[in-house]
Amino acid sequence: MADVITYRDAVAEGIAREMRRDTSVVCLGEDIGVAGGVFKTTTGLHEEFGPERVWDTPISEQAIVGAAMGAAMTGMRPVVEIMFSDFLACCWDYLANEIPKVRYMTGGQVTVPLVVRTANGGGLGFGAQHSQATENWTLTVPGLKIAAPATPADVIGMLAAAIRSDDPVVFFEHKGLLATKGPPPPPDHLVELGRAAVVREGGDVTLVALASMVPLALRAADVLAGEGIDAEVVDLRCLVPLDAATVLDSLRKTSRLLTVEENPYQGGWGATVVSIVADEGFGLLDAPVRRVAGECVPLPFADVLEEQVIPTVDKVVTEVRRLAAY
Amino acid sequence: MDGAGLLACYERMAVIRRTEKAAHDLFLQGLVKGTTHLAAGQEAIAVGASAALRPDDYVFATYRGHHHALARGATPEECLAELMSRATGLCKAKGGSMHLTKAATGMLGSYAIVGSHLPMAVGAAWSARLRGTEQLAVAFFGDGATNIGAFHESLNLAAVWKLPVLFVCENNLYMEYTPIADVTAVPRPAADRAPAHGIPGEVVDGNDVVAVEEAVGRLARRARAGDGPAVLEAETYRHFGHSRADPATYRPAEEVERWLKHDPLDLARGRLAERGVGEETVAEADERARAVVERAVEAAKAAPPPDPREALTDVWADGGAAWRT
Repeated sequence: MADVITYRDAVAEGIAREMRRDTSVVCLGEDIGVAGGVFKTTTGLHEEFGPERVWDTPISEQAIVGAAMGAAMTGMRPVVEIMFSDFLACCWDYLANEIPKVRYMTGGQVTVPLVVRTANGGGLGFGAQHSQATENWTLTVPGLKIAAPATPADVIGMLAAAIRSDDPVVFFEHKGLLATKGPPPPPDHLVELGRAAVVREGGDVTLVALASMVPLALRAADVLAGEGIDAEVVDLRCLVPLDAATVLDSLRKTSRLLTVEENPYQGGWGATVVSIVADEGFGLLDAPVRRVAGECVPLPFADVLEEQVIPTVDKVVTEVRRLAAY
Repeated sequence: MDGAGLLACYERMAVIRRTEKAAHDLFLQGLVKGTTHLAAGQEAIAVGASAALRPDDYVFATYRGHHHALARGATPEECLAELMSRATGLCKAKGGSMHLTKAATGMLGSYAIVGSHLPMAVGAAWSARLRGTEQLAVAFFGDGATNIGAFHESLNLAAVWKLPVLFVCENNLYMEYTPIADVTAVPRPAADRAPAHGIPGEVVDGNDVVAVEEAVGRLARRARAGDGPAVLEAETYRHFGHSRADPATYRPAEEVERWLKHDPLDLARGRLAERGVGEETVAEADERARAVVERAVEAAKAAPPPDPREALTDVWADGGAAWRT
């Protein structure tokens, strides 16, 4: 394996590793086969595993996710691709009503080990219906696990955990990270779901981020370091299970909290993190908690407009300065 | 179907009819909360299809699914205990009337979002193909489900992948309270649409258990042989309204009368007589059905309520519900 791997190639590599070790892992989705996926995140899978394990589907999100559910209930481990996360709305019944409820309402009789992968987020000028950060949609649904890796190594390690999970996992791959590079992880690399990572240590303020907001927070931390503000950056990695313990541990050091999220402020995951901190870590705080989040508008097309409504390094830096000065 | 097979089907139908009656009575006594969607009058579809299926085939049903659960191995006691919120219920009292499930016998659930389970059956058939088991998946659904997107997406996907799945429509003429013909542009809501997806669509008398068994058996053999899915539209009628809240006064009296005279149990009795099965033998089957359901009612009534701690189990595969560290 090369010295570096892209986030994009890490997706295919992560799936391939699991398909090699477990014949019950199968893939389905629109254009994922011969075409290798619209984002080229399934390149090579069709060649290696053939049409019996890598299935091109019609544009039928309900049938795709519903069929994956039926297959998962009967012995397979399907890995579904929903091309853009905005399209999760087309199969929302399965994500909100069917998959996450069936274990509970059958009294534990039915297990649904499947992964729904989807390209999430903005920053690429795809317009309002192909750019939304939708991880907060899934956060409202009990019974779904939610993963959103920020690095190629985490893509592979978290895909391994997600595919091996006996619970359903929605796996958000950020479009803005696809071309980013990082060190390839060793064979059998596994990142347990629900384990946040402290990706930059610091003593003055805790930045909690997810997916593309992690490198953004790190860039902001670099700027702040030049001003003498030492930021710690926590990559949450998963929203469910949520590693609140790592956030609270970080606050014990820094006593100041800023969440950085791409989804809109209202109903965003940062609110959940902040409420846990207010509930269980109020005494740790020396300043109000702050959130940098998306504006409450559909994502606009033009770069100059998109910049206005999703988090930027400048927005994060500005908020941290306020917190540090409090 | 020989005399012995038909007698077994008759007895199963009688058990279902009596269980439905018991559910109705227990609701009126305040012992069943929520609502029920009774399938009295539609027993021949569940029982006839079940007689044609292998024990390891998969079945997916709707919120009107008591008859399918009972036809596929759930006991009246388990079902009634579930309806009565008892710990011994089929789903530990977490499912209720609309979600009767017995996964161990291939009854993979009753789903209360109309039409949602059709793709699941497609997926179960796909899984059977991948595993090489020659299992079949059957989705039972109402006429109302034929107008939702998942119906059409499922038929297309099953057809294009040539999967061993049967789509069995229980056309009881009403989409909840509205005549299906008022909201559907074709006279056979399921069967007429099947050819548009390149698969056969047949119609059968859904109150005739022998006819259902033959049709399902034939289409199942075809599907197992690799010839792909089929739609079977079974014409039937529910004796009760859509749900407990519905007295079904919108149905013309002569229509109700006509269908009550076309009762699946009466039809089966006629066919038993044709096969030389004596009235006394049929009466014994009726008596066994009566006793089974009576015992089930008493046992369910005597069963304990669920432990309140069960509310926080069974979300995840580890048995728990924890979402954070």
